[in-house]
Amino acid sequence: MSHGWVSAFNVKFAIGVDGLALVLILLTTVLVPIVIVGGWNESENGRWSVKTFYVLLLILEMFMVGVFSATDIFVFYIIFEVMLIPVYFLIGGYGRGDRAAAALKFLLYSLFGGLLMLAAIIGLFVVGLKQNIGSFDLTTVSHLHISHGVQNWLFLGFFIAFAIKAPLFPFHTWLPTAARSATPGTSILVLGVMDKVGTYGMIRFCLNLFPDASKTFAPYIITLALISIIYGAFLAIGQKEITSLIAFTSISHFGFIILGIFAMTSQGLTGATFYMVNHGFSTAALFLVGGWMMERRKSETISDFGGLQRITPVMAWMFFIAGMSTLALPGLSSFVSEFLVLVGTFTRYPLAAIIGTTGIVLAALYVLLLVQRALHGPLQPGNEETPDLNIREKVAIAPVVVALVFLGFYPKPVLHVVTPTTNQVMTQVSVSDPTPMAGK
Amino acid sequence: MFTTPTLDYNLLAPILIVLGGALLGVLVEGFWGKAQRANVQLIISLLSIAAAFGWIIKIHNLTSQSAAIDSVSIDGGGLFLQGTILVLSFVALLFFSQNDHFAPQASALPGSDEEASALRSGVQMTEIYPLTLFAISGMLLFPVAHDLVTLFVALEVLSIPLYIITGLARRRRLLSQEAALKYFLLGAYSSAFFLFGAAFIYGYDGSLSLGDLRTAANTPGTNHIFLLIGILFVSVGLLFKVGAVPFHSWTPDVYQGAPTPVTGFMAACTKVAAFGAMFRIFIIGFAPLQNDWRPVFIAVAIMTMVGGAIAVVVQTDIKRALAFSSITHAGFLLTAIIALSKASYTSMLFYLVAYGIATVGAFGIVTLVRDGSGEVNDMNRWAGLAKKSPGVATAFAVFLMSFGGIPLTAGFVAKFGIFTAAYATGNTALLIVGVLSSAVALFFYLRIVLIMFFKEPTDDTVTVEQPGALVTVGVLLCFFATIAIGVYPNLLYDLANKMTTLVP
Repeated sequence: MSHGWVSAFNVKFAIGVDGLALVLILLTTVLVPIVIVGGWNESENGRWSVKTFYVLLLILEMFMVGVFSATDIFVFYIIFEVMLIPVYFLIGGYGRGDRAAAALKFLLYSLFGGLLMLAAIIGLFVVGLKQNIGSFDLTTVSHLHISHGVQNWLFLGFFIAFAIKAPLFPFHTWLPTAARSATPGTSILVLGVMDKVGTYGMIRFCLNLFPDASKTFAPYIITLALISIIYGAFLAIGQKEITSLIAFTSISHFGFIILGIFAMTSQGLTGATFYMVNHGFSTAALFLVGGWMMERRKSETISDFGGLQRITPVMAWMFFIAGMSTLALPGLSSFVSEFLVLVGTFTRYPLAAIIGTTGIVLAALYVLLLVQRALHGPLQPGNEETPDLNIREKVAIAPVVVALVFLGFYPKPVLHVVTPTTNQVMTQVSVSDPTPMAGK
Repeated sequence: MFTTPTLDYNLLAPILIVLGGALLGVLVEGFWGKAQRANVQLIISLLSIAAAFGWIIKIHNLTSQSAAIDSVSIDGGGLFLQGTILVLSFVALLFFSQNDHFAPQASALPGSDEEASALRSGVQMTEIYPLTLFAISGMLLFPVAHDLVTLFVALEVLSIPLYIITGLARRRRLLSQEAALKYFLLGAYSSAFFLFGAAFIYGYDGSLSLGDLRTAANTPGTNHIFLLIGILFVSVGLLFKVGAVPFHSWTPDVYQGAPTPVTGFMAACTKVAAFGAMFRIFIIGFAPLQNDWRPVFIAVAIMTMVGGAIAVVVQTDIKRALAFSSITHAGFLLTAIIALSKASYTSMLFYLVAYGIATVGAFGIVTLVRDGSGEVNDMNRWAGLAKKSPGVATAFAVFLMSFGGIPLTAGFVAKFGIFTAAYATGNTALLIVGVLSSAVALFFYLRIVLIMFFKEPTDDTVTVEQPGALVTVGVLLCFFATIAIGVYPNLLYDLANKMTTLVP
């Protein structure tokens, strides 16, 4: 669907979806109701009314659906930027701790990236003008002939914006601050959905529009992705608070997603896309249960929760499942995607895949340590009266767990939808899967 | 020999109407009774501005033509600029209706018995209205002047009333008078530079007309050194008016010292007039030598963008901060003059509208935020304003977002257009510096939003005065215009594009 908007720059309000956009829109629309049900009371400590909270939340949902469905680069950019504003107010108005500073840091990082992208978009538009194709339409622009040098610069403009959003090492420092200060529901939407705009943009814009530059930069980006995987995992091990631990695990997981994208193999790309969905669900599960635990205990420190397994078995099991999904236990959906990413990477960059695999081991370490310290061990004083999950909370967490298990055993519905997009991207970048190495 | 000049009154009417309004205002000041004088003055000013605007609409379809023996040349771009100046000054004058911003009796010394007695007896001189109208008429003439003497006259007509009204603030009168004196001295100095440059250009081609200048500059094989010297000095005069680094040092002091309604008027309208005139002089007269002056201007533009953006970050006084922000915007606008193309002219006109509306609106809000003793410009005392007056805080945030170029506000489209035009002529450095300094300036805009929305109100927090009807209308106009232009820029952009007939 397309409708004229800003005629001076030939901007069209054009929207449309393909497999990649579809699964992410589905993820958004599934997670928002869950966040609303699961975080029923979390707007109570806000500066403003509960009504404002839900207004902001639904505006955010609108923009998130919009950003995945925009097929005009200008429209995408506008939503990409405007989307930050509800999040800014959600963190700064309803968060905890030094929420104002966290909101500002989040917004500044994102806007800085956005401005770099704006420069690249202007550059892209001018390149088009010089070839008499002044357009922002994605399909039209992807047929432009852009010289290699210019491609590199434009690619960097887009990529840095997406790397900040995703977030990739070394652009990640806003995330732990934001996750610590935001309400659990906001964190789910920021980490689970909004950050996917970064990885989505890498596929949709970086690979599609600048295939040559993508190939040039791929080795460096893969290096950064590996650093993210390992570095995020190590920092996660050392965290004392649940929220920042989840934030660092996410940095590690975004490393996997970006690794899969820039390996440029069909398994890697499909796996990365599927990973986006799974990461959305497992982050949602972790933040939901983690949020309820913090709400009950009025504490964020992991060691304060010791012994909850015996007092609140349902909550503890749910937390355990969320943790297992985070470490990609076979049978849960994140295993499928992580496996695909690593296999896809291995066929092209074996060494990178081997290094990436250590991330799985580290994941086991931080998840099991978390579960051990938070759920098992001697009962911490103050936990004796902790109530278990109530009906509302069970209703909220159930669909997430079902999705994790179902997609773990039967990932075909998602993979089936994603594969055409993957093939299209592979054609556009003009790469094909390397032939499997059959030994020497 | 003396030939009778032919004047085309139809084309000069907008300027003459405003001048007539000013003269009428002077008479009213002398003869009308005290009680209703302020209202009468306001009505005269608004009516003459509206009438002038109406006249511009009437003649807006005319093709470019000379109005007064080649010393004034009316064309689409000039009319667009005149219209912009009139609309902005109309809104700015709505804020003038808060008389308590102005000194009761400008002739009384600060702190003297005369002043005290004037305050006690409720005297309120209203010479500010005719003075503002005089300034507006100069602004209307500046972007359509077609020879160097007319340019200089227009520059002085617009500047001298501004020097006076800068010194009319009721509170902190000494600061206000200091600002006026500073503005006057530096302004006189820069006028001298302008005149000096004009003399060199006259010496170069023996004519004052910009048209003759173009012919001479296009002649190959001539020695252009005197023209280059002339360009250099004329540019100093113009760059001073727009507040470009390194000729900007008056801006923060004057913006801070002037009565806030005057600051809004001055910040918006002077920029429109000065950039309009500048583009015209450069495209007509100086374009043939653009390879010579362009590097200097690129350096000035970069210094202006970066200097303004860095200085704004450390400000605590809202008016000084907005002054530095206006310096950054002057840098962005200079990129249009460097690009010197039809696209850059269109985007500059659009930018001036977007910037002007947000500026008038933002200063309008500053006039409202007060404590017991008057207006409060210390940003830290704005903490928690959103809780006390959400409407005012939201409107201010929208103006700041427009300054910062956040999508769906007018400022974003403006910035996009102007950077696109700059990059299309190959100025990659300007694009990158522009984007980076936007990012730095954004930090400041967001900090104010943070202070207003996320800080808890303290005992020290200011209150918002219940604004009068005129002031409310003014703020609302700016607010809705900023968003409407941001969401649907087509009408304005197409109009600007249609009117830029000056550029070949």
